[in-house]
Amino acid sequence: MSCLKTFLNGIIKENPVLVMLLGTCPTLAVTTTAANGLGMGITTMFALVFSNVAISLLKGLIPRQVRLPCYIVIVAGFVTFLSFMLQIIPWLYWLYESLGLFLPLIAVNCIIFERAEAFASKNNPFISLIDGLGMGAGFTLALFVMGSAREILGSGSWMGLKIPMGEISPMMIFGLPAGGFFMYGIIIAFVGKITKKPPRAIGCEGCPSRGVCKDFAKGGDN
Amino acid sequence: MEIAQKLLFILVAEVFIENFVLTKFLGICPFLGVSKKISSSLSMGLAVMAVMVCAAIFTYPVYTFVLVPLNIAYMNTIMFILIIALFVQIMEMALKKYFSPLYKALGVYLPLITTNCAILGVTLLNVNNEYGFLLSVFNSFCAGLGFLMVMLIFSGIRERVERSDVPESLKGTPITLIAAAIVSLSFIGFGGMAG
Repeated sequence: MSCLKTFLNGIIKENPVLVMLLGTCPTLAVTTTAANGLGMGITTMFALVFSNVAISLLKGLIPRQVRLPCYIVIVAGFVTFLSFMLQIIPWLYWLYESLGLFLPLIAVNCIIFERAEAFASKNNPFISLIDGLGMGAGFTLALFVMGSAREILGSGSWMGLKIPMGEISPMMIFGLPAGGFFMYGIIIAFVGKITKKPPRAIGCEGCPSRGVCKDFAKGGDN
Repeated sequence: MEIAQKLLFILVAEVFIENFVLTKFLGICPFLGVSKKISSSLSMGLAVMAVMVCAAIFTYPVYTFVLVPLNIAYMNTIMFILIIALFVQIMEMALKKYFSPLYKALGVYLPLITTNCAILGVTLLNVNNEYGFLLSVFNSFCAGLGFLMVMLIFSGIRERVERSDVPESLKGTPITLIAAAIVSLSFIGFGGMAG
C-alpha cells in the first residue's frame, strides 16, 4: 500500500515539474517535440532511480557536512554511464543528438538532489527505488504533455506524425524559446486551478542547496 | 584583426543572440528565483559571472593537460563538476575570511551556484566548441555578462509586475513565466545580427 502511495506521490501530489517546480531548465529546453520530452524524461528517470538506490545504500557512509559533493559525484557517474549507453545503442542515438548539452547536465538536475536530500538519505533502498520510479514517471509525464502541446501548436504534428489542420497554419512561436516559457506558465496556472492550490513560488524552497545556505532559510525573502 | 572579429562575434552572440537564459535555457532557477529585487539580482549576476570565469580558468588546463592526454575526455562532466564544487567552496571560505563586505553581498549565492547548470554548461560548451584558453575565458565572461544583463532587465520588469493587477489564476509563478516569454520574444529580434 505504502509502495503505491510513494509511487503516486511523485506523479500527482508532488509532481516535480508541475507542483514542485524543479528541473525547469530541461523542462523548457528539450520539450520542442513530444518525442524529445519523452526521451529526456526516461533518461532522467534512470539516473534518478540509480542515484536514489545508491544514495540510500550509502547513507550511513556519507558525512553530513560534505553530502552535496558526494551526491554530485554519484549522480555525475551515473549520468556519464547513461550517456555512454545512448551513444552505443544504435536505435537510441537520435536521443543522444537531440538532447545535446542537456544530457551531461542531468548531473546537476535539481530533482535528483532534492530526492536525494529529502527521501533517499532517509529511507531504505527499496522504497527509494519506488520513489525514483514515481518521480521519474511524473517528470516524464509532464515533459511529454508539454512537448506534445508545443509540437502540436508549433509545428502541427505529434510524435513526428503530421496532423491535418486545414487552413490553420502552425504557430511557430511555440517551437521557439519564448513559446516554452509561455506554455510552462499556462500549464502551471492550469494545474493550480485544478488542484485549487496557488502555484508555489519558484526559488529557494525547492532548491537542493537550501539546507546549505542557512541565510536563505532565515531571511525568507530573497 | 581576425581575433578581434572573433571576440566581437562571441560577445554579441553570447550576450544578445544566444543568451544563456533566454535561448539556451541555462540557469533558469536563479533567473526566476532570485530576480524579485534589483539588488539581489545584481549580486547573483555578478557572482555567477565571477564563478563562470573562474570555472573556465580552472577547467581548461585540467581538460587539456590531464583528461585528453590520458584519453579519458569522457570523464569531463564528473571532473568539471568536482572542480566547480571545490573552488566555490574555497572561494566562499576566502571571501568570508578576507573580504567580509563582499561576502555579505555575494556569499549567500555561492552554494546555490555549485549546482547551477549555467556554470557546468559554459565549461562544457567551451570544450565542445574547441576554444583555446583565452577564448574559453572570454566566452565565459560574455556568457556571464549576458546572464547579468537579463537578470537586471527581468528584475526591473518583475518589480512592476508585482504591483499590477494580475488575473487570479496567473498570480505568482505563471505570470513570471509569461513575462519571461515576452522578454525572450523581444530577444528574437537580435537573431538576424549574426548574418
